[in-house]
Amino acid sequence: MIIQGLAFYLFSVIAVFSAVMVITARNPVHSVLWLILTFFNAAGLFVLMGAEFLGMLLVVVYVGAVAVLFLFVVMMLDINTLNLREGMAEYMPVGVAIGVVLFAEIAAITGGWVLAPEIEAARAQPLADPGAVSNIQALGNIIYTDYIYLFQASGLVLLVAMIGSIMLTHRTRPGVHKQNIAAQLDRGRTVELKKVSTRGGI
Amino acid sequence: MTVIANLGAAAPELFLAGAGIVLLMFGVFRKSDATAQVGWLAVAALVAAAGLVLTGSKGSATLFNGLFVTDGFAVFTKLATLGASALTLILSLSWLAQEQVKKFEYAILIIFATLGMLMMISANNLMSLYLGLELQGLAAYVLAAFKRDTLKSTESGLKYFILGSVASGLLLYGMSLVYGFTGTTSFDKLAEVLSHHPSTGVMVGLVFMLSGMAFKVSAAPFHMWTPDVYEGAPTPVTAFFAIAPKVAAIALFIRLLAGPFADLVGAWQQVVWLISILSMAIGAFGAINQTNIKRLLAYSSIGHMGYVLVGLTVASPEGVRGALVYLALYVFMNVGAFAVVLSMRQKGRAVESISDLSGLSRTSPGLAAALTIFMFSMAGIPPLAGFFSKLYVFMAAVKAGMFGLAIIGVLTSVVSAFYYIRVIKIMYFDEPVDSFDRPATANTVILWGTSAVTLLFWLWPAALINSAQTAAQVLFPG
Repeated sequence: MIIQGLAFYLFSVIAVFSAVMVITARNPVHSVLWLILTFFNAAGLFVLMGAEFLGMLLVVVYVGAVAVLFLFVVMMLDINTLNLREGMAEYMPVGVAIGVVLFAEIAAITGGWVLAPEIEAARAQPLADPGAVSNIQALGNIIYTDYIYLFQASGLVLLVAMIGSIMLTHRTRPGVHKQNIAAQLDRGRTVELKKVSTRGGI
Repeated sequence: MTVIANLGAAAPELFLAGAGIVLLMFGVFRKSDATAQVGWLAVAALVAAAGLVLTGSKGSATLFNGLFVTDGFAVFTKLATLGASALTLILSLSWLAQEQVKKFEYAILIIFATLGMLMMISANNLMSLYLGLELQGLAAYVLAAFKRDTLKSTESGLKYFILGSVASGLLLYGMSLVYGFTGTTSFDKLAEVLSHHPSTGVMVGLVFMLSGMAFKVSAAPFHMWTPDVYEGAPTPVTAFFAIAPKVAAIALFIRLLAGPFADLVGAWQQVVWLISILSMAIGAFGAINQTNIKRLLAYSSIGHMGYVLVGLTVASPEGVRGALVYLALYVFMNVGAFAVVLSMRQKGRAVESISDLSGLSRTSPGLAAALTIFMFSMAGIPPLAGFFSKLYVFMAAVKAGMFGLAIIGVLTSVVSAFYYIRVIKIMYFDEPVDSFDRPATANTVILWGTSAVTLLFWLWPAALINSAQTAAQVLFPG
C-alpha cells in the first residue's frame, strides 16, 4: 500500500512539474520533450489505477505518434519564441490572479462535495471487475455496444478534421511529371533502330 | 435487436452521414471538377433528410442506449435547420460558380455540419451533445477559412477556431463538474437527480455550460468573435453561420435548460435574463456605426439571439413557442437578406460596404424592394413577419410578469430600427453609384420566395404557430 502511495506521489509530482516546464521552457524542442515526460507519468498513474490498457495507449499513441509529430513540426517550423513571449510579463499578473480566484472557488465548491444518494443506482456504467475481464474487453464491451453512437460520431468528427486539413493545405501543382510505368512499358513501336554511319550523323 | 428495430428514428442522421460519405467519394473519384454536381446532390440530400424527418415518427423515441432522442420538438427544429442549410447551400453554389472556386468539399462540409446540428438537436446525453457540437464546429472552422489564399478568410478561420476551442473547453469543464456532482451524463437521469439534490457544484457547472452555449449562439457577452468572423469569412459561409447553427444551438439550449436543468430554473433564469438583455442592447447599439453590411448583419444576429433568449428566459410553453416561431421566421428573413448581400456584385467583383447600396432603388428596384422588406421585417414593423416573431416572445414575457424584459426588448428594437431604416434610406434617397450585375437565377428565386413569406406571413400564421406550439408542448409535460 505504501509503495503504491509513494509511486502515486512520485508520478504526479513529476507530471505536474514537467507540465509546468512544457509551458515555461525557452526552447520549443525542450517543451516537447517535457511533454513526453508528462505523458509517461500520466501513463504510470493509469497503471496504478489498474487501467493498464489506457496507460499503454497513452505511451504508444501519444508518446509514439503524437509527440514525435510535434517534434517534427516544431523542428520544421522555426518558431521564434521571443516574439511569442512578448507581453507575457504584462498579462502574467492578471492571468495568475484570475487563475487563483478560479482555483479558490472550485476548491471551495468541491470541498463540499457530496454524492447524491441516487447516483449509485443511476450510474451509467458500473466498473467492471478487473479480475473477471481484462481492460480491453471491458472497454470493448461498452464502446461497441452501448456507446456505438458516440464511437461513430467521433469517427465522423475525425473524418471532417481530415477533409478540412486536406482542403486547407493540399495544392495541386501543375507541371509535375509523375512516372507512369505502365504507360512507359506500353509505348508501342515509337522506337526504331537506325544504323548511324561513322562520322555521318543521322 | 431492439437497436436495429428502432434505427428508423435516426433515419435522417444516418442518411445524411451516408450521403456525405458517398458524395465525398463521388467528388474525389471524378476526374473533372465536380463542385456543381456534388453541390446540387448535397442540396437533394438535405431535402431528402428533411423528408425523412417529416415522415418519421411523430412521437418521442430514444435509441442508442438513450443517447439520442427524437420528439416533436426535434422535428420542428430539424426542419428549420435543414431548410436553412439547404437554402444557404443553394446560395453558395451560385457564389462558387461566380468566383470560380473549384472545391467540391464545400458541400460535403455543409452536409457534415448539418449532421452535427441534427445530432445536437437530438442529444439526450452530455456526451452526444458535445460530439454533435464539435462535428458542427469543426466543419464551420474549416468553412470560415475556405478562401485560404486571402488573409481575411484565414484570419477569420483561425479566430473562430481558437475562440471556439476556448468555448468548447468551458462547456466541457462545466459538463465535467455536472458529471462529478451528479454521477451521470444522461439528460433523463440528470433531471431525476437534480430534482432531489441540486448542489452548488452543479450550479457552477451549469454556469460554465451556459457560457459555452452562449458563445455558440453568439449571445453577449460572448459575442466578440461574431463581427470579425462574419466579416472575414466568405459571404455564403457567413450566411450559413448566421442561420443554421444558430437554430440548432438555440434548440439545444432550450432542450438542455427545459429538460435536465428544469428544476434549477431559478438559477439559470437570471443568467439567461442577463445574457438576453445584453445581447439585445449590444445588437442594437453595436450595429449603429457599422459600414460593412456583413458586420451589420452580425450585430443584427446578436440582437436577434437576444430576442430568442427572451422566450427561453420565460421558461414556459408560451415562451418556447415564441422562441421557435422567432427562429423559423429568422431563417426566412436572414436567408433573404443574405441573398441580397450575395447579389451585391459590381463588374464581377463582390462588394460588401453599405455605401455600395446607394441608389439601389433606381439601379435595381427589385433588389432594393426585397431588402426593404427584410430590413423592415427585422426591425419589427407590422404586418411583416418580424413583427409577429417579436410579438410572440414579448407576449410570453408579459404573460409571465417579466415586464422589465419586455420593455427593454421593445426599446432595443426601436434603437435597432434606426440602423435598419438607415440602410433603406441609403438605397432610396442617396445618389446611385455603379449598378450591380444581374444576380444569379437561384438567388432571385430564393429572394422571391423569402420575401413572399416575410411579406405575407400575416395571412396564414396559424400553421407555423400551431406547429411551434405542439413542439414546445413536448418539452413541458403535464
